[in-house]
Amino acid sequence: MSEGFSPGNRGGVTARFDAEEVAVLRSLVAQILELVEPGKAGDDPLERALGIGPAEQPTDPVLARLFPAAYADREMSAEFRRYTEVGLREGKRADARTLLETAVPGRVELEHEQALAWMRALNDVRLALGTRLEVTEEVHDEIAGMPEDDPRYPAYVTYDWLTYLQDSLVRALW
Amino acid sequence: MEVERPSIDNRPDLPWLTIVWNDPVNLMSYVTYVFQSVFGYPREKAEKLMLDVHHKGKAVVSSGTREEMERDVQIMHSYGLWATLQQDS
Repeated sequence: MSEGFSPGNRGGVTARFDAEEVAVLRSLVAQILELVEPGKAGDDPLERALGIGPAEQPTDPVLARLFPAAYADREMSAEFRRYTEVGLREGKRADARTLLETAVPGRVELEHEQALAWMRALNDVRLALGTRLEVTEEVHDEIAGMPEDDPRYPAYVTYDWLTYLQDSLVRALW
Repeated sequence: MEVERPSIDNRPDLPWLTIVWNDPVNLMSYVTYVFQSVFGYPREKAEKLMLDVHHKGKAVVSSGTREEMERDVQIMHSYGLWATLQQDS
């Protein structure tokens, strides 16, 4: 199994992955890219040109977590969302694409900016998976006590591996 | 000469605050790293804020004008942190 990330040259990081790990990573990140569609601006051409997007909080729990309300007040939140969600979606899609372009079996060497994109993309995947699995802060202990034939086991193990990978990446960047 | 203060409340506009909330997914190392790299805080301050989020459920991570705090909240959301803004009370 991958031993996670180590510091690389000039603020970059390096890691080694086997083919199966890369396949898991790519599949999960591709799902994020599918879920986080480009921001859909309204029919108004001016709003489209200005990148003004939807005002409503997404109904999907994962999207609601990735794009949370910025204000307690509903109207202020809607206004904030109209001007920010399109850009936030683009950022998350760009991070996901960077990971898909650079995740290969064998040795992976990332420059600093690519490493930051991986860090955010791994976080988005963990947020999505964590929301779907409804994980708590005790997730690591839960897995330790979970029988291997539990139907949730594979997803939890994957989540735990992503946690390990992201943590090693943060520490390699420090 | 003593100037009589007007009776209306003329305090300067109260600052706005960016608040980060606890969630079960974001890693302690990651949250600390984000506070350091985004706000330029020293590691000790970033770690203290992270621990406040973790133990108290939330922490004020920056303050300023509403526009500045909207920008900070947007950056927090780009890193997947759960952040909101509100006016200081």
